[in-house]
Amino acid sequence: MKTVTIDPITRLEGHGRIEIFLDDAGNVANVYFQVPELRGFEQFCKGRPVEDMPVITNRICGVCPEAHHMAATKALDDLFQVEPPPAAKKVRELFYMSFYVTDHATHFYVLGGPDFIVGPDAPPAERNILGVIGKVGLETGKQVIACRARNHEIIRQLGGRAIHPTAGVPGGWSRSITPELRGEIETVARQNVDFARFSLKAFADLVLANPAYRDLILSDVYLHRTYSMGTVDAANQLNFYDGLIRVVDPEGEETLKYPCREYTQHIAERVEPWTYLKFPYLKKVGWKGFVDGKESGVYMATPLSRLNASDRLATPLANEEFEKFYATFGSQRVKGRYQPVHHRLATHWARLIEMLYAAERMLELAQDPEITSPEVRRIPSGAINPAGGIGSVEAPRGTLTHHYEADSRGLVTRANLIVGTTNNYAPIVMSLKRAAEKMIHGGQVIEEGLLNRIEMGFRLYDPCFSCATHALPGQMPLTVNLRDARGELVRTLRRG
Amino acid sequence: MSQKPKLALYWASSCGGCEIAVANLHEKILAVADFFDFMFSPCLLDTKCKDIEALPDGAIAATLFNGAIRTGENEKMAHLLRRKSGLLIAYGSCAIGGGIPALSNLHTRDEHLRTVYLDSPTLDNPRQVIPQTETRVPEGELELPRFYERVQNLSEVVPVDYFIPGCPPETDQVWNVLQVLMSGAALPPRGSVLGAGDSSVCDECARKRTDKTVREFHRIWEIIPDPEQCLLEQGLLCMGVATRSGCGGKCPSVNMPCIGCYGPPAGVYDQGAKLVSTLGSIMDIAPIRDLKDEQEIYKRVDQVLERIPDLAGVACKFSMASPTRTSTSSGESQDDENRND
Repeated sequence: MKTVTIDPITRLEGHGRIEIFLDDAGNVANVYFQVPELRGFEQFCKGRPVEDMPVITNRICGVCPEAHHMAATKALDDLFQVEPPPAAKKVRELFYMSFYVTDHATHFYVLGGPDFIVGPDAPPAERNILGVIGKVGLETGKQVIACRARNHEIIRQLGGRAIHPTAGVPGGWSRSITPELRGEIETVARQNVDFARFSLKAFADLVLANPAYRDLILSDVYLHRTYSMGTVDAANQLNFYDGLIRVVDPEGEETLKYPCREYTQHIAERVEPWTYLKFPYLKKVGWKGFVDGKESGVYMATPLSRLNASDRLATPLANEEFEKFYATFGSQRVKGRYQPVHHRLATHWARLIEMLYAAERMLELAQDPEITSPEVRRIPSGAINPAGGIGSVEAPRGTLTHHYEADSRGLVTRANLIVGTTNNYAPIVMSLKRAAEKMIHGGQVIEEGLLNRIEMGFRLYDPCFSCATHALPGQMPLTVNLRDARGELVRTLRRG
Repeated sequence: MSQKPKLALYWASSCGGCEIAVANLHEKILAVADFFDFMFSPCLLDTKCKDIEALPDGAIAATLFNGAIRTGENEKMAHLLRRKSGLLIAYGSCAIGGGIPALSNLHTRDEHLRTVYLDSPTLDNPRQVIPQTETRVPEGELELPRFYERVQNLSEVVPVDYFIPGCPPETDQVWNVLQVLMSGAALPPRGSVLGAGDSSVCDECARKRTDKTVREFHRIWEIIPDPEQCLLEQGLLCMGVATRSGCGGKCPSVNMPCIGCYGPPAGVYDQGAKLVSTLGSIMDIAPIRDLKDEQEIYKRVDQVLERIPDLAGVACKFSMASPTRTSTSSGESQDDENRND
């Protein structure tokens, strides 16, 4: 049996490593994607003051600290049984929408988009942000930079710091919005709406209007019929900040809808001895391995799954795009929802639709008369819920859940975290296996194709590992080692 | 081969925030890319390790090394980059004092593994599986790196030329340092802190101090602080007094206490000890002149301190792997134990 080792960032802990085993006929026998690092936040949060959770756990990820900060803060609301004032919730959501716009823009233009905008078959050296600028023009490159700059400035003003914000407290937010700041935010929100619309148009012109790319999205590359997860409001519309967690089956039938407080009844995590990351799955359906279908508890939690789990979007322009999206795939509405789209490459498109929703929602909140209310904190009684506190948000990379228990002095006694990317661990393994199966037949490896497809498979999930595997050049270094049955190295494919 | 000086950015055990602080240079990144041959982190991976090894020693003008040393790989890259870099700069709190990942040092390795794999409320692990360094699967053998007992800072492993504090360092300070490097101006003596001030966060905090003493400490969720008064004097455990200036006092500006991410000010060896000595001078335990019994004084001090649980985790949040808390000798390898259980 041959082993193909793909070490995206070879032997660097904290990052992914892929082992592909071939059978005697030279076809793919199995694929293992290992996460070779454990940082142990669940342990070292123990003994720390609960109010430090928003500033300790945001250090899980410097790319999406806002998501951890927010989930931890909401878990503290629950732990202290305190309802933040309405203005506090709106300020939090406004802050979070600004973060969403910059995070999704970064992914599309810098990390994932180059595959499409420049083209999946373009030489790797061109598939990066510079290649994107070459296609869409320097002006657009400047706009991407400007989008990141203006939103990070809002994040800094509202959260205290541009990276690793600090303003979340149980029962509210530590600062309110002055009328002057509100005006600035409204201006930024308008620019964000324009930029999101521009981005969707660029996607339509460069990707959807190109038959080759369009076929790629509509093809069965990375087609996995799994469950879809997302957070929805009372009208079953996507919401990033709050709502009920809804899961629809591969046909679009609602399987679960629950408050995050009940997550342990619905989600279980499987441990495998060969990786430090656990595999979450739907408890009710059960773990059947890395397989598709209604009988398998594997689910995805991504921009695509969030659209699948929503009846519609709450803002007008984004909802128009939502309709266009499902029409393109020929989905019909059944019981109020579109039949889910399972073409995983469509996740890039879904991400842009979400960016438009976040921008429109940011504008709505900036125009809300209550947003400048100074009432942004409510002091809790101090009693700690013995059942613990649980909070969740939709992180850009999936549903994010923080869960804390604490003693009477307010020190953490137990912490459990299910982070965005972790939800998608099993689907990522499945997409990588699909990529390998497409490119390896009878011992023949389509070398550049394999590397491309592996990269694309990763990027569509925008996994947190990609924070490391992608830098501004937008290229993932890869090493593929082909080994014979005795483990001897036959040859090495390399990019990096 | 580019004739431009090489600048490397390497990520060890960290969250990526230090990279984002560089990305947040926004349009200024173009000036940096103009001046330097910018070697982003992936350039320094195993795939390129050979290229780095092939460079003459000292060929990289400066390396910004972020993240703590948690694994053998981190340690190996620290040695390689030390050899290849003219300047090796510990960039960010994790590289300097271990940062948040080093809170791990308050716990044992076994506690981590037990908690994560045997005692989580969402666990499905009837066979009590803990990830192994070697696993036999039907198709062959899979390997994982061992989970280390201790997190170390960069200077425990290799000599470090300069230190840029912050979690993460503020982008304008990163820019200040890069401008100095690009200008060719003389640098301060090796071992200096760059991109920060020498005094404390209090000196750049806009809040008013009145030299009041504190009778009772509060947790942040217990009070809404006055927006203009010193947070410490209002009884919130603000680390500003024990923390190096340079960030601009951003956290207090949104009514939140400083959490100490810039490390100790110049001349202070231990940030936690500095905080404790400050507490000693501002703590009001009521009149003691008539107290005969020393035990009574201790009791009163304890009553005040009781309101500050987890002093270690609060006062040393970013420096749990700083040299003052290092019990092992410099560069000691942790390779002796190779299994997770």
